[in-house]
Amino acid sequence: MLDAVRPALIIARREVRDQFRDWRIIFPIIGLTLVFPFIMNWTAQQMLGFTREYGATIVADRLVPFLLMVVGFFPISVSLVIALESFVGEKERGSIEPLLNTPLKDWQLYLGKLLSSTVPPLVSSYLGMIVYLAGLMIRRITIPEGGMLVQIVVLTTVQAVMMVAGAVAVSLQATSVRSANLLSSFIIIPTAFLIQWEALVMFWGNQNLLWWVIVAVVILTFLLVRVGVAHFQREELLGRDIDVLKLPWIWGVFRRNFTGHARSVGDWYRQVLLRSLPRLTLPVLLSAGLALAGIWAGINLVDRFIVPTSSSTPEKFRESLMQLFGADSINQWSLARMIFFQNIRALLIGMLLGVCSFGVLGVLPLFTTMGLAGALGRAMVIKGLSLGTILSSLLPHGVLEIPAVILATAAVLQLGAVLLTPTPGQTIGEAWVAALAEWSRVMVGIVIPLLILAALVEALLTPHIALFFLQ
Amino acid sequence: MRGFPDGESMIVAEELTKIFDDFLAVDRISLFVPSGKVMVLLGKNGAGKTTTVRMLTSILRPSSGSARVAGFDVVKQAEKVRASVGVLTEHHGLYGRMNTEEYLQFFGSLYGLSARESMQRAVPLLERFDLQVARKKRLSEFSKGMRQKLALVRALLHDPPVLLLDEPTSAMDPESARSVRDAIVQLRKQGRTVLLCTHNLAEAEELADLVAIIHGGRILIQETPEKVKEILLGAPEFEVKLARPLDAWPSGLPAGVTLRESDGDRARFYIESPAQTNPHFLRWMLEQHLEVISFQEVPRSLEQAFLELVKERESGEVYA
Repeated sequence: MLDAVRPALIIARREVRDQFRDWRIIFPIIGLTLVFPFIMNWTAQQMLGFTREYGATIVADRLVPFLLMVVGFFPISVSLVIALESFVGEKERGSIEPLLNTPLKDWQLYLGKLLSSTVPPLVSSYLGMIVYLAGLMIRRITIPEGGMLVQIVVLTTVQAVMMVAGAVAVSLQATSVRSANLLSSFIIIPTAFLIQWEALVMFWGNQNLLWWVIVAVVILTFLLVRVGVAHFQREELLGRDIDVLKLPWIWGVFRRNFTGHARSVGDWYRQVLLRSLPRLTLPVLLSAGLALAGIWAGINLVDRFIVPTSSSTPEKFRESLMQLFGADSINQWSLARMIFFQNIRALLIGMLLGVCSFGVLGVLPLFTTMGLAGALGRAMVIKGLSLGTILSSLLPHGVLEIPAVILATAAVLQLGAVLLTPTPGQTIGEAWVAALAEWSRVMVGIVIPLLILAALVEALLTPHIALFFLQ
Repeated sequence: MRGFPDGESMIVAEELTKIFDDFLAVDRISLFVPSGKVMVLLGKNGAGKTTTVRMLTSILRPSSGSARVAGFDVVKQAEKVRASVGVLTEHHGLYGRMNTEEYLQFFGSLYGLSARESMQRAVPLLERFDLQVARKKRLSEFSKGMRQKLALVRALLHDPPVLLLDEPTSAMDPESARSVRDAIVQLRKQGRTVLLCTHNLAEAEELADLVAIIHGGRILIQETPEKVKEILLGAPEFEVKLARPLDAWPSGLPAGVTLRESDGDRARFYIESPAQTNPHFLRWMLEQHLEVISFQEVPRSLEQAFLELVKERESGEVYA
C-alpha cells in the first residue's frame, strides 16, 4: 500500500516545495495564520462588549464559534487557488504531459495533487484557529465547548477537500487558468451559500443539525472526490475544454442516443426503449426503496405531530382544491391538466436538482410525494377510515403515477451516476449527453404517457371510487 | 537497456484510429519500426503526429485498432509502456522554480530511481548536452535551447529502449541541434528505437532509416528515404557534362535510360536501376566517342518528395 502511495507523495512533496518558493502563496498564508486571527480576536471582543451592552448575550456567545469558523475558512480558500494552479496551470504551461508520460497511475497523480493543494492551507487553517483560541484565552473570553470545536475542525477539513475536489472537476474542463477561474464560480458560489447556512445553524445553536450538515458535506465531498478519481484520466486532461460549446455535436449525440436509429415509433419502443430499461434496474430498486422510506417518513411525521384531518373526506378535499386554485367549481379536465403539469414540473425540478448533486437531490420529488401519501394515509387511519377507503383514494391513479415517478427518479440517479463513473471509450461530456438522452427517452416513452393517464384517472375516476368506498 | 532482436518491431501499430467527439484525428494507421531503427514521422501541422505519439505512449486511448510498444500493449499494459518509453513532448514545460538537479531527481524518483542513481545517470547526459554548468541553475533562467536539451535528458534518464521525440531540435541553435542529432545517431548505434516527429526535412533525411508521411490522419507512405524518393519522384536522375557541346544526342540509348533534357554540353537522364544500367550507359557513351567530363546523380531531397506527395494527396492520389 505504502509503495502505491509513494509516487503520490513524491508529487505532493514537489508541489508543496514549489508553493513555499512562491511569495504570492506564502504571504497570504502567513497573514491569514498569524495576523487575521488577532483581528478576529479584537472583533470578537468588540462585538461581545457591544452585544452585552444591550443584553444580547446569546448572540455574543454564538459569535465566538462563528468567528472561529471564519478564521479556519479563510486560509482554506487559498486551497482553491492552489488547486486550480496545480491542475490547470500545469496544463497551460505544458508541464503536465511529461508527468503523464511517467508510469504514474491516474489516481496517484490525483492524490498527490489533492494532498499538495489541501495540506498546506489546512495546516495554516489549524494554526490560525489555534492562534485565535489562544487569543480568546488571553483576553479571558470563553472558548467554544469541545463538541463545537470538533465540528468546526471537521467542517473546515471537509470543506478544504470539497473545494479542491471541485477545483479538479472544473480543471478537467478547462485548458487555461483564466477559464478555470471563470468556472471556479461554480465552486465559490455554492460554498458561500454553504457557509451562510452553517453560520445560520450556528447562530440558531442547533448542534445536532450542524452534525447533519457535516454529514451532508462529507457525502458531497466524497462524491466530488469520486468524480475526480473517475474522470482524472490522462485522456481527459489533454485537450478537453468547453471553451466552445459544440451544439451541433451535442445535438448529434443526443439524437443518436435518443432515437437509437429506430425506423418507427414501434421499433423505437421495442428495440431502443425496452432494451435500455435493464440498465435502470439498480436505480429503479434504489428509487423503490426510497419510495418506501418516504411512506415510512410520512407515517412517522403524522404520528409525531398533530395534523388536521378534516380534509380527508372527498367534499373537503374538493373544497381545498377549489381554494388552492381559486376556482369556483372544479372542471375535471382542468384538474387533470393541472395534476399532470404539477407532476411534470416536480420531475423537471428533480432532474435539475439531480444534475447539481450527482443525482442525490433528484430523489426529492419521489421522497416528498411518497411522504405525503404516507402522511395522508396515516391521517385517514387516525380519522378511522378503513384500509379499503384509503387505498381507494390513492391506488387508482397511484398504480400509474408511482411507477412513473420511480422510473423518472431512477433515470435521474443514472444521470448522476454517469458523472461518478467513467464510461470506457466515452468522454464525460459524451457519456452525460447520452444519459440525458436516456432520461428523455424514459420520460417521453413511459413517464409522460403514464402521468397523463394517472392525471386523468385521478381527476375523473379516483373521486368516484373514493366516494363509493366512503359511502 | 532492454533490446529486441534485430529486425523485430519495437513499435507496432495496426489500424490505429482516434476520434475526438466528431473529429477523426488519426485514421487506421499502421506503423512498424524495427528494433534499433529511426523512423521519422513527417506531416504538416494537424496531420495527426502528436495524437499518434500520445496513443503510442498510452496517454490517449485508441478509438479502435491496436499497438504494442517495446512488446507491451498500449491499452492493457499502459504503465509498462510508459516505463519503457522516453518521450520528448512538443511542450516540454519545465518547473521554473526547480533547478536542474532537483528536476531530474524528481523525474528519476517517478521511475523508481534514488536521487543518487538519477544523478549517476544524469551527469554523463548533462555533459553530452553541455548542461553540466547549469546543474544548480533555476530552470526559469534557461534559454529555449537549454530547456529542450534538459527535456531530452529527462527522456533518457530511465534508459528507455524506445524514444518518441517530438521536434527535438526545434528552438535550438545550430550547434545544439547538431549535438542532439549526433546523440540520436549514437542512440541508434546503442540499439534504441526512435520515432521522431519533425518538420525539419533535412534532419529527417539525415537521421531516418524509415520515413512515414502522415496527412489528414492517414499514413500515405512508409518506406526507406531512398525508396520514398523513388516512388514519389520517379527513377533517379543523372547529369552528364561533355567537353564539347552537341547539336543533338545520338539515338539508340541503352534500355532503362531516358533523355530528360539536353542543353549544349549538358544533358539529364532518368536511369532505372542505376546499379545495372550505368555501366552499360557509360560504355555506350565511350562507344559514341562522347568526351565525358563528369557523370553524377542529381541530388533529390526528401522535401521534394514530401511536397510532391502532399500535393498529389490533395489532388486525390493515395500511395499504399
